[in-house]
Amino acid sequence: MKIENPPAADALPGNRLRAHNLSLRYGERVVAENLSIDIPDGSLTMIVGPNACGKSTLLRALARLLPPERGSVVLDGEDIAKYPSKEVARRLGLLPQTSIAPDGITVADLVARGRFPHQKFLRQWSADDDVAVTNALERTNTGDLATRYVDELSGGQRQRVWLAMALAQETPLLLLDEPTTYLDITHQVEVLDLCAELQESGERTIVVVLHELNLAARYATHLIAMRDGSVVAGGSPKEIVTPELIEKVYQLPCSIIDDPETGTPLVIPAARNRTGARCT
Amino acid sequence: MSAVKTARRAQAAPHTAARLAWRGWSVLWSPRAVLASAAVVLVALGFALVQLGVGDYPMSPGEVLATLTGNRGEAQEFVIFDLRLPRLLTAGLVGLALGASGAIFQSVTRNPLGSPEIMGFTMGASAGAVAMVLVFGGQEGSGMAGALIGGFATAATVYGLANRRGIQGFRLILVGVAATALLDSLISYLLLRARLQDAESAYTWLVGSLNGADWQQVQIIGLTVIVMIVPVLAIGNQMRLLEMGDDLAQGLGVRVKPTRLRLLLIGTVLCAGAVATAGPIAFVALAAPQIMRRLTGGSVSIVPAALMGALILIVSDLAAQRVWPDSQMPVGIPTLCIGGTYLAWLLYQQSRASRL
Amino acid sequence: MSTRTLPAPVVARAGHRRLTLGLGVAAVILLLLMAASLSLGAENVPFADVWQSLTAGGTDADVIVRGVRLPRTILAVLVGAALATAGALMQALSRNPLAEPGLLGVNAGAALGVVIAMAHLGVASLTGYVWFALIGAGIATVAVYTLGSAGTAGASPARLALAGAAITAALTGVISAIVLLSSTVFNGFRAWSVGTLSGRTAPVVIQVAPFIVVGIVLTLFLVSSLNALALGEDAAKGLGANVGRTRLLGVVATTLLCGAATAAAGPISFVGLVVPHMVRTFTGPDHRWLLPYCLLAGPILMVAADLAGRLIARPGELPTALVTAIVGAPVFVYLIRRRRMAGL
Ligand SMILES: Nc1ncnc2c1ncn2[C@@H]1O[C@H](COP(=O)(O)OP(=O)(O)O)[C@@H](O)[C@H]1O
Ligand SMILES: [Mg+2]
Repeated sequence: MKIENPPAADALPGNRLRAHNLSLRYGERVVAENLSIDIPDGSLTMIVGPNACGKSTLLRALARLLPPERGSVVLDGEDIAKYPSKEVARRLGLLPQTSIAPDGITVADLVARGRFPHQKFLRQWSADDDVAVTNALERTNTGDLATRYVDELSGGQRQRVWLAMALAQETPLLLLDEPTTYLDITHQVEVLDLCAELQESGERTIVVVLHELNLAARYATHLIAMRDGSVVAGGSPKEIVTPELIEKVYQLPCSIIDDPETGTPLVIPAARNRTGARCT
Repeated sequence: MSAVKTARRAQAAPHTAARLAWRGWSVLWSPRAVLASAAVVLVALGFALVQLGVGDYPMSPGEVLATLTGNRGEAQEFVIFDLRLPRLLTAGLVGLALGASGAIFQSVTRNPLGSPEIMGFTMGASAGAVAMVLVFGGQEGSGMAGALIGGFATAATVYGLANRRGIQGFRLILVGVAATALLDSLISYLLLRARLQDAESAYTWLVGSLNGADWQQVQIIGLTVIVMIVPVLAIGNQMRLLEMGDDLAQGLGVRVKPTRLRLLLIGTVLCAGAVATAGPIAFVALAAPQIMRRLTGGSVSIVPAALMGALILIVSDLAAQRVWPDSQMPVGIPTLCIGGTYLAWLLYQQSRASRL
Repeated sequence: MSTRTLPAPVVARAGHRRLTLGLGVAAVILLLLMAASLSLGAENVPFADVWQSLTAGGTDADVIVRGVRLPRTILAVLVGAALATAGALMQALSRNPLAEPGLLGVNAGAALGVVIAMAHLGVASLTGYVWFALIGAGIATVAVYTLGSAGTAGASPARLALAGAAITAALTGVISAIVLLSSTVFNGFRAWSVGTLSGRTAPVVIQVAPFIVVGIVLTLFLVSSLNALALGEDAAKGLGANVGRTRLLGVVATTLLCGAATAAAGPISFVGLVVPHMVRTFTGPDHRWLLPYCLLAGPILMVAADLAGRLIARPGELPTALVTAIVGAPVFVYLIRRRRMAGL
């Protein structure tokens, strides 16, 4: 089937990206059962949870890379499996956790590959593509790397280049799997600022898997905490981040204070010699 | 006709890709790849002119051009059109097909040693042809039939065995290698069992030869190349995205499994055309993409690799005819020597420049 | 935190026992096969006579058992061990599943040596070829290694592989040219290049054995460095492995092993490629287990193939290389399909 334009947002029953009762597995290994999730339109949604709890798997399912065993992912009111692949790629972008750069490719070429879903056989490159690539390079501060080879970059530079590629795809929905790995604190904040900017300008809905709890709580408009393949809590960080939740999700005793900068919750792990002590 | 427009460089981000645009049509190419490809074409045309001129009946380049445009006598026309041009075209087209096929396989397997040979087609074809010739006392054309049957049967077997919920580059390589090794031993054995004379002519075919190439050969390989042009150009972009991993490619809207199957099919058909025309000429498919990659500085891509393949074969065929003029030396031999030495030299050059 | 439930040593020891047992079983299989190889063939010799002939001598069976089958069986063991070890070594050094001893140009070099000896020096005996094959193999590997590791970057796996392919191609071109220019040489070459143990007698074994033994010892010294190298060059350096030296010694060992094996038996490509992969599905990627298993599995395949080649086409023979391929290919493909092939 072919769906040219998304139906007007107000005509839709609910949000653009939702998942219903997903059962996800790799071969015999079950990762999630009956997982339901709703990504609020226009939000900056952050997903947190311990290693191997299924965050990447969920993201892959949301981006139709992993067909669910049961349940469905709904994009714009329609099962995502029913769309042509390129059509999904014009609405929803994904930056996987690990990516391989082909040997000998330059930064500009790599970022340009993000334009694929917008290209046609006889119209492979347009002025729009130029603008998108240039914007993406600028926004990620990688403009001066454009002619360098990707395999000659530092880990952090590489990460930003991949992010630029995902941005160049210019999708209203963007899923980022740990986009701040390898980045120093300045660049972490820069990337998250960029996500916040994109979200605030109303351009995009962004879903980010993040390990940095405090940054997640600061930037997220919607926070989802996962454990063992299921959603433990979802809501605004101020409401849901409590010592009980952190204990439940991470099994980490801690106290919570207000971030002096923003007033968002700040998780302070309990000191080592007080590990057994109750949370405040 | 078409204008090369570089993307707006004034902007903050200089773009290494250039746009080849004409009205609403546009193709994205890196300027270095375009330059290198153009250079390869020019050099190939130069060699082509030489090759049309030399032989038992030498002609100057001017004379050759005049004959080609129909301004010379019958003798010249016979030499050019009936003897030399078909052979030249066969060489060029076979090279195109092999180069393109090699680029496709190296991309799909993400391995510089990946080549159409891993699909088993080449070895299957060799075994089929040799078996036909040696066991069934092959007549005219039976070798080619044997080659095609053996080639496609092997390729299908390899694909079937490597396919387990989708094809994975690594598994394909391993199955292909197993099939190739098996057939290789079989061929050696067949050669040993045959009469010496039969074995020698079979060996010549195995090396790959253009001796006696005429317009019929041009038709076979020409048709293959023409039929494949559109699919090859259409799939280039998807192929490049697949190199970055299945997840990312799928995220960008590539349908991974059908695309990969299509790529393998295109690569195999191109290789089949070449083998049916000139025998299993080795190494062009491996060398052409790697040589071109090193000249253009980008990743492996189809069209430049194809052009380089054509150049290698044209030069090799010239060498085959000139260096051993009386011995009917099969073109596969200078191909191996020239391709191997040139790739080695490039590797050496680049190791000194410390960039792989 | 108390989520760690399995103390690591327990896990390691369970695997350890299985692997040790496996080695024992493999050794027994090899011994049985060797006994069969001494006894069976165009003419069967009862085990008792074989034993008599081996220990005391002076029996009718001496010519067959001691003169023909004993050297041949020992050579099969040596060649199998050499090729399998060299294959494992190459795959570790180049971190490329396609890697096989031939990758470094060893086979092509050896073949060129033999062809030159036949065509230009009038050498026509097996013991004569061996030296040329060894020299050719040595020169080719040195060329490949120099080319693959020239410059500041050192030998990278991809460049080594490509250098090997390039030199192999060039040498193969020369070989084909020489061979096609003379029917006599072609005839000798096709007999050599089929890859067989048929007709190999004691002098050949004595010629190549020292090279193979030295190669194997050298490889065993490299074991732990190979494990480190498998993690990638940087990680290996971080673990304190001397990457450059490991690679160099590895290449020397490969040349000795593979050059000697090819010199003695002709090109037998399948063993070096496939045995390490087969073994790896059982042992995993740890070279401390992988290499000992290769040392047994290579000979098992080789002795069995040689024996089968003698029995199937009695009174004629199938070349050993053909049988190793016919036996090895289906097993290999089965393993590939059954398991998710472990990377290197
Ligand atoms: N390709 C795969 N095949 C099999 N199991 C997988 C695969 N990818 C992930 N898993 C398993 O699924 C579980 C969830 O993984 P993942 O979603 O990557 O976790 P994370 O929350 O750290 O991103 C883990 O137990 C992991 O081992
Ligand atoms: Mg993850």
